[in-house]
Amino acid sequence: MTLEAAVRVRRDGFALDVALSAAAGETVAVLGPNGAGKSTLLRALAGLDEMEGRVVLDGELLEDTGRGVHVPAEKRHAGLVFQDHVLFPHLTVVENIAFGLRAQRRPQPAVLARKWLDDAGLGDRAEAMPGALSGGQAQRVALLRALATEPKLLLLDEPLSALDVSIRAEVRRELTRQLASFHGVRLLVTHDPIEAMALADRLVVLEQGSVVQSGTPDEVTARPRSRFVADLAGVNLLRGRAHGDHVALAGDALVAAAEAGSGDVFAVIHPRAVALYKTRPDGTPRNVWHGRVDSVDLHGDRVRVRVKGPVPLVAEVTRAAVQELGLAAGTDVWMAVKATEVSVYPA
Amino acid sequence: MRRAKTPAAIGLLAALGLLLFLLPLAGLVIRAPWNQALGELADPTTTTALGLSIFCSLSSTGIALILGIPLAMILARTRGTLRNLLRALTTLPMVLPPVAGGVALELAFGRRGLVGSLLYQAFGIQIPFTTAAAVMAETFVAMPFLVIAVEAGLRSLDHRYEEAARSLGAGYWRVFTRVTLPLLRPAIFSGAVLCWARALGEFGATITFAGNFPGRTQTVPIAVYLALESKPEAAITLSLILLVVSVAILVGMRDRWLGAL
Repeated sequence: MTLEAAVRVRRDGFALDVALSAAAGETVAVLGPNGAGKSTLLRALAGLDEMEGRVVLDGELLEDTGRGVHVPAEKRHAGLVFQDHVLFPHLTVVENIAFGLRAQRRPQPAVLARKWLDDAGLGDRAEAMPGALSGGQAQRVALLRALATEPKLLLLDEPLSALDVSIRAEVRRELTRQLASFHGVRLLVTHDPIEAMALADRLVVLEQGSVVQSGTPDEVTARPRSRFVADLAGVNLLRGRAHGDHVALAGDALVAAAEAGSGDVFAVIHPRAVALYKTRPDGTPRNVWHGRVDSVDLHGDRVRVRVKGPVPLVAEVTRAAVQELGLAAGTDVWMAVKATEVSVYPA
Repeated sequence: MRRAKTPAAIGLLAALGLLLFLLPLAGLVIRAPWNQALGELADPTTTTALGLSIFCSLSSTGIALILGIPLAMILARTRGTLRNLLRALTTLPMVLPPVAGGVALELAFGRRGLVGSLLYQAFGIQIPFTTAAAVMAETFVAMPFLVIAVEAGLRSLDHRYEEAARSLGAGYWRVFTRVTLPLLRPAIFSGAVLCWARALGEFGATITFAGNFPGRTQTVPIAVYLALESKPEAAITLSLILLVVSVAILVGMRDRWLGAL
């Protein structure tokens, strides 16, 4: 069972153009900042929004605008779990879960719904109204409601972001377990890298309506192709043209690298590889740039220092170093990076 | 917060306004022939008018529910000029003098009316001066209250509930009956009560289009108007009944009734 989708949505001032494939048994996370088009993609796949392109699920053509095919949402076998749950407020928890079973005309929907609840350890909440549930419970019930209809495709919209940070980890574990036991295609969208990393086998990074990168979480963070991914991986991402042993950035600054190759490239520098000095350092580092401290942020015992200049970088140093160098916003600093610490790959 | 002091003139005018409401009600209650009221209630003219009023107002509320909810759904879906046009049309009876409404109904459904003449020629059906005419007149005047309330309810409805239902495999009618209607219940309820109250008090359009035939078209408001000359006690008693019903509705709906509009 697989999902093959090419989704294009054009709306005033916004264009989404995404090609996506996912196989049963893997969890694919579409990761991107707010406004990247994630929810639009999900709604188009669910059959709730107008789209152009083609969607094939388990060999069944769900959408093909070229041939005028559109299977309505209720016939897609695509379970959608909304970010804020959208449980029917006028039905009890067990009736919420039975709703889809009744629509499918299954025998004994209430009994079956009850079983889903019992298996999830929520049997005691069966007769509660959705308004009386905690956020975590509502999230679990919303997931059960979708799973109970045994969809071929499970679509999750920011499954954890509506929850309190304090219970997220717990619900995430539960969600991981539930996802593992679901045998259809699992697709979730999120703006939260932690959520994506924790739940997904494969990431698809979406920015401004198009896919900028995809692969396993490790692959994606190892070679960021966008500011968003670089930020989530906590690395510095530079873009320029490679000329053998160095990369020329847009503002004429040069970055020396061990093997830069040629053409358009990304250069990644880990913040820990950036050394800071009060005065221009002598010696081996091939990359020495001048800059001015923009901000100083504490991260545990490490300090992230954002430096502005011809080569804007974030450096990660110790607290002791910050005190020793007297770093604060506005301080002049020198940055040094070894050429071997600059990894370069084609853009 | 300290507000500016309200000038005495404002208070005085407000009090006058209040008196305009209060004095007639007081008159009704004080002058009511309480000792005869029970006797009036047993009078066949009164009971017939009362029974007819209840029948007609409930029938028109029923019709308004059947026709008005779909109308509200269309209204809630349209945008722009068409919406303004439809909206103006449906709310026109709320501002149109009911007598004019009665005349308009006569011109449409009367024996020589646009549709009425066809009905008469084809089937020999005459609507004016029948109970059906009274029901139509009441529906004409009262249905807008329901439409407006339900439309407001639909516009504030979170349509993702319907989307969730669809993604769970529910087709149009299942979504409509199991999700949309239940979620709209408060709006439908308050709209129906307002509609029923308006239908119960309907006078102008009814007497113009349906006339005054005891047992057929003579509803309570019409009976009140006619009895005022001949039997003022009966008129007062019937008015009291209408008053009690109105107060009961007001109390029963308290915050809902303006909330839904």
